[in-house]
Amino acid sequence: MNLLENIHGVWNLIGRNKMRSFLTMLGIIIGIMSVIIVMSVGAGAQSLIINQVSSLGSNLVGVLPGKSDEKGPPASAFGVVITSLKSDDIQELLKEDPHFIAATGYVKGTDTVAWGDQKTDTTFVGVNADLPNVEDAAVEKGRFFSDDEDKGSDKVAVIGSQVAKDLFGDQDPLGQTIKIKKTTFSIIGVMKMRGTSGFQNQDNQIFVPLSTAQKLLLGIDYISFARLKVDNAANVNDSMDQAGTILRERHKIDRPEDDDFSVRSMAQGLDAITKITDALKFFLVAVASIALIVGGVGIMNIMLAAVQERTREIGLRKAVGAKNSHIVQQFLIETVMITFIGGLLGIILGVLVSYFVAKVAQGMGYSWDFVVPIPAILLGCFVSIGIGLIFGITPARHASKLDPIEALRYE
Amino acid sequence: MPPIIELQNVSKEYHNEDVVTPVLHNLNFKIEKGEFVAIMGPSGSGKSTLMHILGFLDKITSGKYFFEGRDVSTLEDDELAQMRGNSIGFVFQAFHLLPRTTILENVMLPLIYTNVPEKERIKRATEALDSVGLSHRLQFSPGQLSGGEKQRAAIARALVNNPSVIFADEPTGNLDSKSGLQVMKILQKLNLEGHTIILVTHEKYTADHAKRILRVSDGEIISDEQVKVRLIAKDAEDLVK
Repeated sequence: MNLLENIHGVWNLIGRNKMRSFLTMLGIIIGIMSVIIVMSVGAGAQSLIINQVSSLGSNLVGVLPGKSDEKGPPASAFGVVITSLKSDDIQELLKEDPHFIAATGYVKGTDTVAWGDQKTDTTFVGVNADLPNVEDAAVEKGRFFSDDEDKGSDKVAVIGSQVAKDLFGDQDPLGQTIKIKKTTFSIIGVMKMRGTSGFQNQDNQIFVPLSTAQKLLLGIDYISFARLKVDNAANVNDSMDQAGTILRERHKIDRPEDDDFSVRSMAQGLDAITKITDALKFFLVAVASIALIVGGVGIMNIMLAAVQERTREIGLRKAVGAKNSHIVQQFLIETVMITFIGGLLGIILGVLVSYFVAKVAQGMGYSWDFVVPIPAILLGCFVSIGIGLIFGITPARHASKLDPIEALRYE
Repeated sequence: MPPIIELQNVSKEYHNEDVVTPVLHNLNFKIEKGEFVAIMGPSGSGKSTLMHILGFLDKITSGKYFFEGRDVSTLEDDELAQMRGNSIGFVFQAFHLLPRTTILENVMLPLIYTNVPEKERIKRATEALDSVGLSHRLQFSPGQLSGGEKQRAAIARALVNNPSVIFADEPTGNLDSKSGLQVMKILQKLNLEGHTIILVTHEKYTADHAKRILRVSDGEIISDEQVKVRLIAKDAEDLVK
């Protein structure tokens, strides 16, 4: 009796008990499906974040307050507020290093903004006049505020397209006045729609001059973040070193170990994000794997019951010449086939769900890639076969050790 | 030519923890090729154990068992399995056909374990079913067959490997008298064609269809004689070729 015949026989057996076979498989189907979804959706989410970050351009340098490890997250990610970085620092960098061609600091806050009776919850961002240049963002209507308006702490605002829609509907927002934190701002421009990108709706924010935001809205004198644009991606590393030297001098710091700021390039940022999302992904896969183990135990249980139920069949097979190894083979093939078919179904379902998630995300305007991770599929195949072997061997040996006389008498 | 079966001082006892239960004592007999022997005795007499030993399903405790001249008392499990597949055919009281499996596949089962190629398997199983008058039932499942038909299918399965001996353990026990007669008629026909048949039964009436009766009681052979007035099953011959 060869393997192919055995597989063929078991296939028929599974086909005759479709409902039970399916229920037996269910644990594996769900387990493999979860692993595939986690890996595929995880890869999609990762692509989304990376797409968003890299869309800002590879020739951007970020300056953050507080020292942080190159690979780790910045201190601000843990909610620590560091006040050492000032707007002047950034202007100085722009002045000192000719490779920096544009720069802006950032401060942010949220408020319910009102125009007459219309209200909307939004984010106000204090930035320098260079922002459109740094972020490659264009103004749709009106204009962005000028350097003088920034320095003069003028109460002018440039609103995102979403804000324009929410507050003004079809009316022209230009020249209107809105209230942010009880301060009246006049609208001088509307940003072009930038699409929802990442976890932040880029269109639901209001840009105001940095100094205005610091003094009138937030009452602070520091900035939480800065971006500088380098003329050429090849100069990024040199400019980062240069920025470090200049800032150390300004902050009277002797050794880089004592820095109260950090300078990052987009590449480093991507690296850190990839590491964090990878870790998250593996954690989720580990959680999903628990479903596989539960499924495996379920199959072992059902196969043990099947051995019991088929005691007479096993006795008969032995009586007509089956060796113990034939019986082991038969039951093992059955278990592996159930888990393998379950694995294939799980892969197909997982891919379909991931595709659906990607389509929905794309439909919502996210730059979400549909990724079918080939390693995940191969892993799914091997793991499902492996689970069949591991959890099938006990019932199979159990079956082969039955005494044929006892087995034939079994009612 | 050596006898098909020869037992020399065969004893069997079961050990259950420290309790020893003797089942068979000092059996000595021979069965030659072409015989039709009934092993007869009341339940608990040891006749079933004797059949299991003769059919390599159980091992003896002491003595010698020669099958076609070969000492089988020392064989390993796998060798015994092979012997069962090649030299023995079993017919059981409870039929033991695999459910949800066609009659043809059921009959092909012993051939699978003796590595007969698939085409040959189908051919031989079809022939075997033909010889028990079931050629019109090849694709039926056991659930669709009457008791008599099931037992005839089981006989076809016992026959398909062209075994040296066919063991029939109470083959008519679960059948009405008419179907029982058909089964006995087939067994007699097979014997006529040269098959050696060993029938295990507790009924004198059934045993009288054989040519020779071994009476077993309390694990011993109490008589071994030829059947004087042999019954020949004649009924329903149109069902059997």
